[in-house]
Amino acid sequence: MREVAIIGVGMVECGELWEKSLRTIWAEAAVAALEDAGVDAVDHITVGCMSPGLFVGQEHLASLLADELGMAGVAATRVESACASGGLALRAGIAEVASGLSDVVLVSGVEKMTDVDGADATYALGSAADQEWEGFHGITFPGLYAMMARSHMAHHGTTSRQLAAVAAKNHANGLLNPHAQFHIKVSIDDVLASTMVADPLHLLDCSPITDGAAAVVLMPLAKAKDLAGRRTVVKITGSGMATDTIALANREDLARLRGVELAAERAYKMAGKGPGDIHVAEVHDCFTIAEIMATEALGFFAPGDGGPAAEGGRTSLGGKMPVNTSGGLKAKGHPVGATGVAQVVEIATQLRGKAGQRQVNGATVGLTQNMGGSGGSSIVHILEVE
Amino acid sequence: MMLSPARSWREFPQRYRLEAARCTACGKTHYPPRVICSSCRERKFDTVGMPREGTVVTFTTVHVPPKGFTEQSPLEIAIVELKNGVRVMVQIADLADSRELRIGDPVRLEFRRIAEDGEAGLIFYGHKAVRAR
Repeated sequence: MREVAIIGVGMVECGELWEKSLRTIWAEAAVAALEDAGVDAVDHITVGCMSPGLFVGQEHLASLLADELGMAGVAATRVESACASGGLALRAGIAEVASGLSDVVLVSGVEKMTDVDGADATYALGSAADQEWEGFHGITFPGLYAMMARSHMAHHGTTSRQLAAVAAKNHANGLLNPHAQFHIKVSIDDVLASTMVADPLHLLDCSPITDGAAAVVLMPLAKAKDLAGRRTVVKITGSGMATDTIALANREDLARLRGVELAAERAYKMAGKGPGDIHVAEVHDCFTIAEIMATEALGFFAPGDGGPAAEGGRTSLGGKMPVNTSGGLKAKGHPVGATGVAQVVEIATQLRGKAGQRQVNGATVGLTQNMGGSGGSSIVHILEVE
Repeated sequence: MMLSPARSWREFPQRYRLEAARCTACGKTHYPPRVICSSCRERKFDTVGMPREGTVVTFTTVHVPPKGFTEQSPLEIAIVELKNGVRVMVQIADLADSRELRIGDPVRLEFRRIAEDGEAGLIFYGHKAVRAR
């Protein structure tokens, strides 16, 4: 396999982008990534998008978007793994370049979620759960994570304050990210005072509905080094993916994310790294409990220590293991199909030393963790400075 | 539209009678039935009924319900482990105060109306759990 590098990154500001369509936000991110890379032709386009059919009534997306970029003729593939679609688009792009099938790949993620109302958005997102046997009874996504939160609390003594600390921290980081959907300060007490969505998760424990797109350009490491000049080259050294039961009732231990553990194990092995080698990480905080459980599954903290770590500032900027410097899904926003690629944009930006006020000084190894549904699919990537 | 008549009809054995499939090789019971056993990969099963008694594994109160459930809001939903070890996701019905519910509480499944597909559409039935006395 050839070594793979990221030569360009781009994304649009996340938010409720009423004035822009799916194809427009996608093209803006794609153009930004191609310009940053300094390339004007690609061999393949991968697109991560969870549900353009339900959100905007559009399937056959990859071809539509290739054309939108003026690249009709180029091979293009849409991949879907619910909220992990973006991570999967990266993995598909890596496979293209590593195998030699393609030299230059535009990896992208996009979701346009505000063209439907809240009830329809809830329905579309709910389609990532087991609809026949769990959705049938009225469970929602916040409800599924609330059940995991209650199990985590019962097993480990995790508290609502510790959950709220994740939201407060990520909103503090979001204040420093110009691409973030929310630039607001949120305190632990604000979270605890917000409306209950699914007990024990409050409104401010949940990530928002977001329009957004992100893209990166991949090429073989050797070629990237030639093209980069004095620019920092970021290489992808580890890629791991795993599945878990989608039906939550079939999961043996509801206080663990087994899929994340497996994906991490595979990515760490491929990169020859361990949790202690990671300087900065973007993890899938679709709900505050998800960040706590993910940081445990990734091995940053022992099972049950994720909550105290968040509350104690260990995952804050300046902490021992900074997590979600972008603001995470919570504050940066969660355009579901774009999220996995946006995480990679943030880590690549950190490793290039270009993260401005939210820069983790000296970061040379970073990790992204993206998951679909309630952990039914999980994708972990490890990025390093060449 | 939540469910087609065909889907509603084919799910009657599981929804109405709680039919499950027990693997003839390893004895694991699957609800709903599977084509291949997720434990031992055997493909032969006996159709078996399921016990109605179980305990609460975890639960939540959904304050923002999905379409079709707004009239029942807030929804108490739990994962219940039945006496045969099978876990099912079900609503908890007839609960005066959700704050009374605890992990480990004994419950019993009862046949109930789950949801209606609008005023003229299908009515969906299945099981909900109530606290065992």
